[in-house]
Amino acid sequence: MNRRLSAFNVTSLVIGFAFLYLPILLLVLYSFNASRLVTVWGGFSTQWYGALFRNEALMEAAWVTLRVAFLSATLATVLGTLAALALTRYGRFPGRTLFTGMVYAPMVMPEVITGLSLLLFFVAVDFDRGFWTITLAHTTLTMCFVTVVVQSRLMTFDRSLEEAAMDLGAPPLRTFFSVTLPLIAPSIVAGFLLAFTLSMDDLVIASFNAGPGATTLPIKIYSAVRLGLSPEVNAASAILIGIVTLGVISATLLSKRSILSSRRNAH
Amino acid sequence: MRRSFAPWANPDAKPLIRFENVTKRFGDSTAVDHLSLNIFEGEFFCLLGPSGCGKTTLMRMLAGFETPTEGTITLGDQNLAGVPPYRRPVNMMFQSYALFPHMSVEKNIAFGLKQDGMPKDQIADRVGEMLRLVQLEKLARRYPSQLSGGQRQRVALARALAKKPKVLLLDEPLGALDKKLREETQFELMDIQHDLHMTFVVVTHDQEEAMTMADRIAVMDHGRIVQVATPGEIYEQPKTRFIAEFVGDVNIIEGHVQGQENGLWRVKTSSAEVPLTIDDPDEVLHSGQAVAIAVRPEKMVIQRDPPGQGAINVLTGEVWDIGYLGDWTVYRVKLATGEILRVTRANASRFVQSPIEWDEQVYVTFAPDAAVILAE
Repeated sequence: MNRRLSAFNVTSLVIGFAFLYLPILLLVLYSFNASRLVTVWGGFSTQWYGALFRNEALMEAAWVTLRVAFLSATLATVLGTLAALALTRYGRFPGRTLFTGMVYAPMVMPEVITGLSLLLFFVAVDFDRGFWTITLAHTTLTMCFVTVVVQSRLMTFDRSLEEAAMDLGAPPLRTFFSVTLPLIAPSIVAGFLLAFTLSMDDLVIASFNAGPGATTLPIKIYSAVRLGLSPEVNAASAILIGIVTLGVISATLLSKRSILSSRRNAH
Repeated sequence: MRRSFAPWANPDAKPLIRFENVTKRFGDSTAVDHLSLNIFEGEFFCLLGPSGCGKTTLMRMLAGFETPTEGTITLGDQNLAGVPPYRRPVNMMFQSYALFPHMSVEKNIAFGLKQDGMPKDQIADRVGEMLRLVQLEKLARRYPSQLSGGQRQRVALARALAKKPKVLLLDEPLGALDKKLREETQFELMDIQHDLHMTFVVVTHDQEEAMTMADRIAVMDHGRIVQVATPGEIYEQPKTRFIAEFVGDVNIIEGHVQGQENGLWRVKTSSAEVPLTIDDPDEVLHSGQAVAIAVRPEKMVIQRDPPGQGAINVLTGEVWDIGYLGDWTVYRVKLATGEILRVTRANASRFVQSPIEWDEQVYVTFAPDAAVILAE
């Protein structure tokens, strides 16, 4: 088979990538623009990054975003892993199909609906909106992604390893912590990173559930842009893109490695 | 020394493991069906049977991974009902070895000892002892993915032996090894079992493996035990046609009982003109009963010249096939009825004057006590 790329293939590749990434590239490029005018190139400068770090409102929003992302990702990882364990280990329990559907629902549910319903819920139980409501809302959103990642690892898990541990005298809980957990850890970390990045760049659900005193970076950027484009926002976005890219790449590598190692051990 | 070991023949001996009327059902299918079995201390016991016969389920019930639907299992004086696997004085070597991939060889072996809260220096001593036993001292710090199949098998064995269990369960222990290594390992396992005076229960579908290693074999079929006996008895006195055909090669000749003369059974068959004479005094049969006569290929004699007047158990046919195996030659002889007999002859001398050839008319005979009568 001819593996060389034809001119047609190269062209489609370039057009495809350009379509996907040109806007992002432009944004990153203009974050290094010396000119205050966003659309006019005035030479290379990192001054907007400096300005960004002096902008307390933006920095405050960034700090909130990081804390929300970390906390919600942690919660989602614990809950998502437990859900994955229930789905792979308890076989057929009554209501399994319903449970599976409910776990995966937030994945396909329009974000506006999720955001709105959570808002209604928090209002109904009289929960003051702010840091905690965003965190809880993000946990709801990201849990299912952790479940998917961890579940796919558990499906290829050799159960006789756990039986061997029990046979050698380890009670179920100790078996879980000394054998199961270390072996599925890469997929759990991957799930965490995925949840973290999802929480970081979410705008819709966060804006429904944010309150006074707790604004996340995406909300801040969105409202800043409505007042006009500013190179500072470009700089903030560029950093955000960097973090998200890093998170997604490590998550992909980790889950790939985890599945590869489980396959290798099967032989 | 080993020959005299036969606690099952002693009515006063107390079995170590007792299965009493044990049944295990998975939904509609019955894996183990009202099974009773005694295994004695120090025995090398083999559960032998085709796949799906329930042997693995039986072993998993002993390890505690499955609970019997009915019946009781006792180990020593302890009823095992409700005892979880991690509290049973039984260890298992898994078919897949189930080595912990994130632990080195020594950590794998130490795992069980750690669970018992053994002090660190004692663990180190015991691990060293186990590594010497399976000759893996040099590989202590390797990980399972860095080992060959044979080495992994040894680590799995060492890990299961480390806690000095009362009973060691081995699930198809040699299944993943190649033929040469398998043979060596069979003898090693026997030596280890003998030296440690431990009770071994092995599940296998390989009859040769069972014959080589076991003190006694239980042949299982469809969730039941068909026969429990020493390898010799299983081979020479199979109870049923299934066992005769499952263990080793056999020629089956079907016929009907004609009667008994001088303690010998006369069986009328379509394969021979004269009724066959069989010396199997333990069988209780009645005239006209349909039976199968089982004769092992090596117990039949093949010859070119007609046997003398009054010779018994003579079958005539022509040579259909000859297979030369070096130590043995296998003759396939086709009788007038179309049946094909398998006859083997040891090649005791290097040269034969005029060997039996293809398509030759031959006579096959066997002694009355070479055959076993199996009631249909």
